Amino acid sequence: MSEPGARITRAEVTHVARLARLALTDDEADSLTRELGVILDNAARVSALDTAGVPPTAHPVPLVNVLRADVPKPCLDRDEVLSQAPAVEDGRFLVPRILGEEP
Amino acid sequence: MTDTTDTADASRTDQWETVVGLEVHVELATVTKLFCACPNLFGAEPNTNICPVCLGLPGSLPVLNERVVEFALRVGEAFHFDVPERSIFHRKNYFYPDMPKDFQTTQYDEPICLAGWLDVDGVRVGITRAHLEEDTGKSVHLGGGGRIHDASHSLVDYNRAGVPLMEIVSEPDMRSSEQARRYVEELRATLLAIGVSDVKMEEGSLRVDANISVRHYGDEFGTRAEIKNVNSLRSLARAIDYEHDRQIEMLERGERVKQETRHWDEEAGCTRPGRSKEEPDDYRYFPEPDLVPIAPSAELRAHVRASMPELPAAQRTRLIDEWGINDHEAGVLLSTPGLAEYAETAVVALDGGGTPKDVVNWATNDVLSYVNETGLSPALLAPEMLAELVRLVGDGTISRNQARDVLAESLREEKWPKAIVSERGLAQVSDEGALGAAVDDVLAQNADAVEEWRSGDDKVKKKKRGFLMGECMKALKGQGNPQLLNRLLDERLARG
Amino acid sequence: MNATELAAAVRSGERSAVEVVEEHLSRIDAREGELHAFNLVMADDARAAAAQIDAAVARGEDPGPLAGVPVALKDNMCTRGLPTTCSSKILDGWKPPYDATVVTRLRDAGAVFVGKTNLDEFAMGSSTENSAFGPTRNPHDPSRVPGGSSGGSAAAVAADFAALSLGSDTGGSIRQPAALCGVVGVKPTYGAVSRYGLIAFASSLDQIGPFATTVADAALALEVIWGHDPLDSTSIGSVPSAIESPLAVLDRGVEGLRVGIVDEITLAEGIAPEVRAAVEAAGLALESAGASVEHVSVPSAEYGLSAYYLIAPAEASSNLARYDGVRYGLRVDGETVEQMNAATRDCGFGAEVKRRIMLGTYALSTGYYDAYYGTAQRVRTLIIRDFERAYERFDVLLGATSPTVAFELGARTADPLAMYLSDVCTVPSNLSGDPAMSVPFGADAAGLPIGVQVLAPALQEATMFRVAAAIEAAKGSAS
Repeated sequence: MSEPGARITRAEVTHVARLARLALTDDEADSLTRELGVILDNAARVSALDTAGVPPTAHPVPLVNVLRADVPKPCLDRDEVLSQAPAVEDGRFLVPRILGEEP
Repeated sequence: MTDTTDTADASRTDQWETVVGLEVHVELATVTKLFCACPNLFGAEPNTNICPVCLGLPGSLPVLNERVVEFALRVGEAFHFDVPERSIFHRKNYFYPDMPKDFQTTQYDEPICLAGWLDVDGVRVGITRAHLEEDTGKSVHLGGGGRIHDASHSLVDYNRAGVPLMEIVSEPDMRSSEQARRYVEELRATLLAIGVSDVKMEEGSLRVDANISVRHYGDEFGTRAEIKNVNSLRSLARAIDYEHDRQIEMLERGERVKQETRHWDEEAGCTRPGRSKEEPDDYRYFPEPDLVPIAPSAELRAHVRASMPELPAAQRTRLIDEWGINDHEAGVLLSTPGLAEYAETAVVALDGGGTPKDVVNWATNDVLSYVNETGLSPALLAPEMLAELVRLVGDGTISRNQARDVLAESLREEKWPKAIVSERGLAQVSDEGALGAAVDDVLAQNADAVEEWRSGDDKVKKKKRGFLMGECMKALKGQGNPQLLNRLLDERLARG
Repeated sequence: MNATELAAAVRSGERSAVEVVEEHLSRIDAREGELHAFNLVMADDARAAAAQIDAAVARGEDPGPLAGVPVALKDNMCTRGLPTTCSSKILDGWKPPYDATVVTRLRDAGAVFVGKTNLDEFAMGSSTENSAFGPTRNPHDPSRVPGGSSGGSAAAVAADFAALSLGSDTGGSIRQPAALCGVVGVKPTYGAVSRYGLIAFASSLDQIGPFATTVADAALALEVIWGHDPLDSTSIGSVPSAIESPLAVLDRGVEGLRVGIVDEITLAEGIAPEVRAAVEAAGLALESAGASVEHVSVPSAEYGLSAYYLIAPAEASSNLARYDGVRYGLRVDGETVEQMNAATRDCGFGAEVKRRIMLGTYALSTGYYDAYYGTAQRVRTLIIRDFERAYERFDVLLGATSPTVAFELGARTADPLAMYLSDVCTVPSNLSGDPAMSVPFGADAAGLPIGVQVLAPALQEATMFRVAAAIEAAKGSAS
C-alpha cells in the first residue's frame, strides 16, 4: 500500500471494493481510481491544518448516558417483515451458501 | 504406547509450558435487548422477537438499555475492574448475513471495564477488559449435513440479534487446562451470584474462545492459536490439551506454530484450522455516531456497590468455616445457582434439629439431582421442608433410607415431610415396650433358631442373629427403629 | 395562501381541507410531468386525510397547528406501508413497517401528506440528478437543477405542490436547494429534530428540517417536528422546553443584534459576484433595521469541505452496508452469499453512492484512518472552536448559501469535485452541529433566485429566525 497522500492505486481500489462488498466492473474500477485520486487530493487539505493535540470530535452533541428503561415493547409482525424479504423459508430469511466465516 | 514415548512425554511436560488466555462472551440476563425493547428470550419462534432496530431497518436508531450499564458496573465491582469515567461504542464493520446492519455495535478502545482480576485457587488471573457488544442472529445451514460451507443455502433468524453481550478478556495468565477450566467455573459462579447472566454454556449464554500457546519455561510467549466452538468445560480442557500437544509436536519437528483461528471438533477430539482468508480482516472501527458516551454517575456506582451480594469466593470461605464442610462440598453448593442460598435457609430452619453438614449432604445429592433432572431452580424449592426432613431423621422418626423416598416426594409434590410420613404410616416404632414385646414373640416362635444361635460358632451365630432380626422387622412391618431393635435383640439373646 | 394562512382557514372552517388539497393536487397534475418533484404522489391518501381533518373541524375539534396543510416528505423518511426509496434501486419495493417520528408528529398536527419527493440517491448529491428515477427540475427554470439533495422537496414548495415540505441536511441538502429554488430552508441544531425513521446518510451530520415559502411558515413547521424523542439517543432532551419559540419572536426585529458576515463563505473564490452582493445587501438591510454588521473570519471553515468529504462518506460506508440483499429491497442472485451481496450492491447503488462508499471505506481502512478520518475529526474540533470564538462577538453569522444560482442540468455531473464544491458554504454548520437557514434574497440578472444563509449558535434558532424574518422583510427592496 502507498503512503497517505500518494495517489490511490487501482489495486487499492480493488481491495477497498472487496471490503465494501461491491462487485465493480473493470470500467468502474478504472474510473474510481481516477476520481478518488482527485477527491482525496482535495480531502488531504485537512492535513494542512495543525491538529497536533486537538481532540477529535465524533459527535456535535455533548450528551452522555442516554438510556432507556429495560421494559419490553411489542415486536414487529413476522409476516409483515418477511413479506419484504427477497427470499424466505420456514419463517427465516433465506440466503445462498455462506463462504466466509464469522470473525 | 511404548516405554520410550512415555519417557518422551514426561520430559516434554517438563520442558514446555502451556499459556492460556480466555475470551468469555456472556449474554446478559436483561428483560430486553441491548439497544431496543424486544424481549431478550431464548428459544422463541424464529424472527418473532424483532423490531426495526434489531433488524437494522433503514432509519432505525439504537438506544442503550439502562440495566446493561448497571450489570456492567456489577461486573466491574465483582472483578475489581477500573471503570473509566467515560466509555463509548464503536462500529466494527464486516459483512455477515446474521448481522442485520453489516456492522456490529461494540466497545473497542474505550470499554466500560479495564484491568480487573479473579483469584482461582490461590492464583491471580488478570482480566484485561470487559466490554459491551451486541450479539448476532443465528443461521441454520441446509444440505451438506448442516456444515456451513457444504450447505446449499442458509436460513437466518434474528431473534438473537441485539442481545446484550459482555466480552470478558483475560490476560494469558493460565498455565494448564485445569486452571482454565477452574477460571471459567469461578467466573460463572461469580456472574451467577451477581445476577447478570444465567451463564448456560449449552444454551450459548456463555461462550468461551481460548488463546493457546506453548513455550519453554522462562521464554517469551509463543505464537498462539485461537480456538473457537468450545461448548462445554470438558471440551475446553480437551481442546487446550490437544493444542498443547499439537503445538509442541510442531515445534519439536522444527515447524512454526501459525497464528490462526481453529475450531474444536468435539467428535473427532481435535482442533481444525478455519478457512484461510484471501485478505486480512479490516474492521474499520470508528465511534458509533448514533450513541452517546456512557459516563456512570457517582450515585449509580455507589448504588451498585451497596447492592453487591456476597461473592462466591467469600461465601465459600464462610461456609467452610461455619459449617465445617470441605472444599469440594462448598464447590458443589456454589456451582448451581441458588443451591447455597437454599442450604443456608434450610440450616437456619433446622432450629437445632440437625447439623449444617446433614443439610449439605442432602442438598448436594438428592436435591441437586432433582434440580438437574427437572431444570427447576433451587430458589423455587422450600428449604424449610428439607430442614424438617433432617429433623425427622435426627430424632429417629424415619431412617435415612426412608428419608430418601420422603424427600423425593416432598420435592415432587411440594409436601411437608411430616405429612408424607404420617400418610404413608412410615414413622418408626421406637417404643421400647412395643419393640421388646415383638422381640419376645419372635424368640418364642423361633426357639430352634435361638438354640442354634446359642450352640453355634461365630459364623452360625451371625447367620442366626441376622435371621432373627429379619423376623423382628417383619413382625413390625419394617417400621421398627433399627438401632433400638438391634439393642433389644442382643440384650434378650444374651440374657438367654 | 401560505401554510400559516391555510391552517388558520381550515381550523376556523373558512376553507375545507379537501378543497385545499384538491388545489394542490391539480397543480401537481399540471406541472409534475415537467418537474418530477415526486417519487410518489399520494393523492388518494391525501384526500382521505383531508376529509378526516374536515370531519374533525365539523365536530368542533382542533386538528392541530398544521390543520389541512399539504406537506411533502423527502423520500428518505419512513412511511409505514408506503414505498420509501431514497431514490435508489436498492430499496426497490421496500415498504417500511414503521413511521419516522417526524411523520407521526406532522400527522398529529393535522398535516396532509401529498407525496414523497425525489432526492439524490441516499441524499448524496447537490442537484437531485443522482436519483435512480431521473432528475427533478427547477420550477424557476426547468433547464436547471433544483439543487440537492432535497431537490424534490424544494421544488415541491417552490411550485406550490405543497405548502410545506421536509428535507434532510447533511452538508447543505436543505439550504442549498432552498436557495436555488427561492424558498426558505432550515437546518436546525443537530439533535433538535428526531432522526428516528430518517434513512441515514451520515449519522453525526444528518438533520431534518422544513422548506417553506415564508420564514414564519418554516418556524411553524419546525415547532411541530422538533422536540425530544426517546427513540433517538442524539435527540436533545431540553428541546423545546428550554428554548425560545422562534414563532413568538419573529416580529421582534433585529435592533441591537450583532451580525458577522463570514469571509470564508462569502468572499471565497468560486462564490459568484451576484451572490456576494446579495449577502452584502442583506447585511446592509439588517444594519438599517438596527443591527450592527461586521465582517469576520472563521479560518478553519475553509477546510470544512475537505473534512466533510471524509467524515460523511466514512459514516455512509457503514450506514449503507446493510443493503445486502438479505432482509429487504433488491437482491441480485449469486452463487454464494458474498457474491449475492456484491452483485446486489453493485447493481443497486448508483455511481455517486458507490464513489462515496469507496471513499469512506478507504478513509476508515487500516493505515489511512489517522491520516484521513482521524484528521478530519480534529479539523471538526477546530471548526467548532472557531465558530465558538466568532459567537463570542456575534449573535448570528451571515454568508452565502450556494456559491452560485441554479446551474444547468448536466453541468457538473462529469466532475464530482465541482459538484462537491456546491456545499462549500453549508458544510461548516453540519460539522459544528449549529443551526443555519437559507432565506431568499434577490435574484441574478436572469431572475434566478439567490439565497442568503443565516447561521446561529446551537439552540439559538429563535435569534436566527428573527434575523431571517428581517431579511425576508427587506427582500422587496433588494430585488
